[in-house]
Amino acid sequence: MSENNNEMIERYRGNFLREVEDNVEEGEWVKMCMQCGVCSGSCPLGPHWDFGPQTLFMMIRAGKRDEVLAAEGPWMCTSCYNCIVRCPRELPITHIMHGLAHYAVRMGLAPKNQPTRKFSDLFWKNLKADGRVNELRLGISLYFMHGFVDGIKTALKKAPLGLGMVRTKRMNPMEFFGGHKVRDRKGFHRMLEKAEEIESARIEKGPRPGAE
Amino acid sequence: MPKRQYSFYPGCSSQKGASASNYLTSVEAMCDELDVELNEIPDWNCCSASIGYCGGGELPRLALSARNIALSEEHNRGQDIVATCAACWLATRETKERLEEDDDLMRETNQALAEAGLVLENTTRIRHMVEVLIEDIGYEEMGRHVKKPLEGMKIAGYVGCQTNRPFGIEGESFENPMYLDKLTETLGAESVKDYDRKVSCCGGALAFSEPEKSQALIKEIIEAAYDGGADMIVTPCPVCQMNVEIYQDEINAKYGTRFDMPVAYYSTLMAVAYGKTPKQAGLDGHVIRAKKLEKIAGKG
Ligand code: SF4
Ligand code: SF4
Repeated sequence: MSENNNEMIERYRGNFLREVEDNVEEGEWVKMCMQCGVCSGSCPLGPHWDFGPQTLFMMIRAGKRDEVLAAEGPWMCTSCYNCIVRCPRELPITHIMHGLAHYAVRMGLAPKNQPTRKFSDLFWKNLKADGRVNELRLGISLYFMHGFVDGIKTALKKAPLGLGMVRTKRMNPMEFFGGHKVRDRKGFHRMLEKAEEIESARIEKGPRPGAE
Repeated sequence: MPKRQYSFYPGCSSQKGASASNYLTSVEAMCDELDVELNEIPDWNCCSASIGYCGGGELPRLALSARNIALSEEHNRGQDIVATCAACWLATRETKERLEEDDDLMRETNQALAEAGLVLENTTRIRHMVEVLIEDIGYEEMGRHVKKPLEGMKIAGYVGCQTNRPFGIEGESFENPMYLDKLTETLGAESVKDYDRKVSCCGGALAFSEPEKSQALIKEIIEAAYDGGADMIVTPCPVCQMNVEIYQDEINAKYGTRFDMPVAYYSTLMAVAYGKTPKQAGLDGHVIRAKKLEKIAGKG
């Protein structure tokens, strides 16, 4: 991962805006931001962010690569789309946030113990394994994501909630052992591998010709 | 009259034994009454629900929804895809639009799909169940089927985020969409006017990873419903439903509130009003029992 990172630093030589435009989902929109602040002001978890979208976009233009990629902000997005429908420049802000989070992981710079990063990682692994999400297994991995002792404590605290869900048949303990799966897992896995391969190649080799 | 046919994408949370399984139950009861046939997309997969981005890059996430659309185009040809989950609808529709606009991504997506023996034409409409109800069936027709009006109930229509933004329902505003209000009134209940948390965020997937911050948001959603005199909250989104219903005990313990507010799907209300049994309406799936609805459903 950090090899990747060094290569990118080398390739873009301080032009972080360009790096974002080439490699981050919907990154080509960042330069359109006019710094009005509506997005950060509309953000439900806004008060808890280190940097809201407006600030992140300014920092990208100012070349603050390390600060942006290590920021908590991109991981605080609930995907509420408040910002998107209000942005006067119609930036796809939600997707840029997700894109920045993903790129920060790719570069090995994302904050390590960020809870949403962990959840997002577990969710992806869970869905990738079987093609569908197994909520019980996801929930249990989540309890243990901070370590074993913490996990037991969280699980005990959440026990009444879990029981309520079991009683109403909305959480099936049997799912832990089997659960729901895509039938064509082979094809499903090959498809995802191919998509990952194409995307990584695009980032490693630089932007597509004509994608200026 | 022949049944209306749709290609159905139920999504992970609707699966048997999962958190929104009672949503699916009530949707089936509702569709049965309205002569709507839902043809499940064979072997559908997860859409990654606006949260898989840590491990999943743009193209792999697009490929997920593209696979579902391609399967639908192969097996349920010519039918619109209908999703009941807001996140499923959003991810699928976003994929469709993104691939329409970007030929390179479309080509790469089809390269990935080819590994699973699939081809995406991307000519399918992607719709939320609420759109089908409003646009294809209409309030009048929905009202005609009411056998047990939800009289004496006052209901707060919590629309939330992803059924409302960025696409929303045609003809509705982002700030104050009225369809849940119109629907509850069609079913004979009273709607809470000016419910001021109608479109605010419940924390979404961050209810798991940032529970305290999200619960602060959820608290306001419930409080505003009480302020409006609501007996219950109704929502079109399984994430909203779960977040607003199941954390009430934890919120009570933390804030000293005494919340006991049932949260149902629009389809639950409809199934009850259409005279279905409490079980068919999915009422047994409530962690906080919807007693007033149970009473109406239990009437002979
Ligand atoms: S709302 Fe749009 S233009 Fe305004 S600061 Fe945010 S991204 Fe920039
Ligand atoms: S979509 Fe994300 S960035 Fe935009 S307002 Fe909502 S939480 Fe904030």
